[in-house]
Amino acid sequence: MNEYITLSLILFTIGSVGVLVRRNAIVVFMCIELMLNATNLAFVSFSRQNGNLDGQVAAFFVMVVAAAEVVVGLSIIVSIYRARRSASVDEASLLKS
Amino acid sequence: MFDLQWLLIAIPLASGLGLLVWGKEGDRFGHLIGTAASALSFLFGVVLFASLLGKDGEDRSQSTKLFTWIDAGSFHVDMGFTFDQLSGLFVLLITGVGTLIHVYSIGYMAHDERRRRFFAFLNIFIAAMLTLVLASDYLVLFLGWEGVGLASYLLIGFWQHKDSAAAAAKKAFVVNRVGDLGMATGIMLMFSEFGTSSIHAVNGAITSASGSVATALGLLLLLGACGKSAQVPLQSWLLDAMEGPTPVSALIHAATMVTAGVYLVVRSNGIFDASEAARMAVIVVGLVTLLAGAWIGCAKDDIKKALAGSTMSQIGYMMLAAGLGPAGYAFAIFHLITHGFFKANMFLGAGSVMHGMNDDVEMRHYGGLRTFMPITFATFGLGYLAIIGVPPFAGFWSKDKIIEAAFGENFWVGLGALLGAGVTAFYMTRLMIMTFLSEKRWREDVHPHESPKVMTWPLIGLAVLSALGGVLLVSNWITEWLEPLTGHAEHEELAVPAIVLTLIITVVVAIGVFAAVVFYRREPIAAETPADSSVSFFARAGRHELYGNELNDAIVVRPTRHLTRFLVWFDGKGVDGFVTGVADRLGDTSQFLRKPQTGYVRSYALTMFGGVAVLVLALLAVTLA
Repeated sequence: MNEYITLSLILFTIGSVGVLVRRNAIVVFMCIELMLNATNLAFVSFSRQNGNLDGQVAAFFVMVVAAAEVVVGLSIIVSIYRARRSASVDEASLLKS
Repeated sequence: MFDLQWLLIAIPLASGLGLLVWGKEGDRFGHLIGTAASALSFLFGVVLFASLLGKDGEDRSQSTKLFTWIDAGSFHVDMGFTFDQLSGLFVLLITGVGTLIHVYSIGYMAHDERRRRFFAFLNIFIAAMLTLVLASDYLVLFLGWEGVGLASYLLIGFWQHKDSAAAAAKKAFVVNRVGDLGMATGIMLMFSEFGTSSIHAVNGAITSASGSVATALGLLLLLGACGKSAQVPLQSWLLDAMEGPTPVSALIHAATMVTAGVYLVVRSNGIFDASEAARMAVIVVGLVTLLAGAWIGCAKDDIKKALAGSTMSQIGYMMLAAGLGPAGYAFAIFHLITHGFFKANMFLGAGSVMHGMNDDVEMRHYGGLRTFMPITFATFGLGYLAIIGVPPFAGFWSKDKIIEAAFGENFWVGLGALLGAGVTAFYMTRLMIMTFLSEKRWREDVHPHESPKVMTWPLIGLAVLSALGGVLLVSNWITEWLEPLTGHAEHEELAVPAIVLTLIITVVVAIGVFAAVVFYRREPIAAETPADSSVSFFARAGRHELYGNELNDAIVVRPTRHLTRFLVWFDGKGVDGFVTGVADRLGDTSQFLRKPQTGYVRSYALTMFGGVAVLVLALLAVTLA
């Protein structure tokens, strides 16, 4: 069982490091998906471990939210790219003090 | 008929206000209307006084209620007036001398383009002064009290284009405020103690009140009297007030308004009889002022200021007499009336001299005017004889009685008053010699001439009154006349017979005159005021008004300035500093909090991760523990 959790941790860490260090918005987005899926994996593993369906229900919710988020997020990225001809998150830093 | 006594006030008031709003066409006859209003008031006053004479002693206090002025719960004030023995005498003095001065002003102010306004102010003054003396309630009296203060302010500063006149008017107003504070506090105390401010009720109830209340009331009223009557320590405004036109000095700052303090003390005799301490304070104030005023009168070279010092001194005599209790009240009023005659006479005489000398007030530029202004000289001479107390002129009778009563009170008080009489003789003789006798010391282009008839007739009228004012004392008429109001006093037996004392006073006066003659006839009088360094300490101190202004500066003005400066500093640095400081600190904090808002998504994400990590660790720590 611990293997699943370990895998989930590794995936989550890869995802979060990716969010923090990558500049390309698409890659950052993929990393976020990676983190979400790592969580899903953890949910399902714990569900299995505890012998009830709570975790699996939560995993479904996460998938639904992720699907909605992809729609909104990708459209934002596309419109930013259209406006600025770049998908770099560092260049989209106008909202600063 | 006494129900109509408000007309005494209404006539000059209506005339004064009317003249103020009347347009330019009023300039031609405004002065005549003003004079007529005053004369009408005088005639009505004579009629009222005559019918008062016909009544019995008990009926001589005629009160009338015009309307209810204030009625709020237990706070009740009637607009009421009382025409009695005391206010009757004052009405005659104010309107009588007032009318003569109005007539004189027609000539004196003939070339002033604002003459109509001058007469309007004079009328308003007469109305306010009559309100003051006729009032049957301290609050109504206060109304008149402030009214004369206003009129005095307006008239001192009548030539407001002169900075000195404007400043003098302001000074008079401010110093009077100090006294008025005492009056106002006194009236409040009456309300809280007796529930009324009616003069009759307060003076009746005072005997059943505690002694400390009577003393407090007496001292507060004395403070008010000091302000109005230019008594030490509130004397400094009177000499500066001479900046006003001379008729104003004669009417307001010699004959009537400045004696309002004496009137107040005599009118409040119940309060002062109930408190020995307050009575002593009045005596001390009077004695100090009479000597201080005489001292100043000796040293001034400005004819009006010398006369103003003398006014201070003579009012000191009245105060002193008023402080002596029932033994002195009648003599205070007697001296007040005779002083009103002879001092108004001399001020108008001084105005006549100035009129002929191109408005120069410096006595050192006068000299030898006797032959050029015979009428002015003769009338001024009668006033002079009256003030120094040569028998049988008015001042002799009144001053003699006051000094006698002062000896009855205390030997030293009497001695002070006697000394004052000698000094009075000295400075008045000095004034006479410098102005009318001695050699000519005129400036160039001065052509002294006698004043027009419209100015000399009032002088003659007042001179006659100065000479004959003593008749009021015939068979003790004035004492008996005022006795129902002021109470009866047993005649004090002196160590020496009264006639010997009179002789002593006359000798002291003669010494004063002789000293002045020796002093100012021995060698020619300098045409310029000698420098401060070349005169004695006494002359120097007198010239500087006994350093009264310097003292006020040191005690009041400068500390107040420092306090103001401190308050300005505190307001700027303290209050404003606090408010702007809070705003500044908030701004600084915002600046600091702004820094993390870099706009980089990754830095926000890092913050979030860090936060979540801390949260998780904290949760773990809690669960494990």
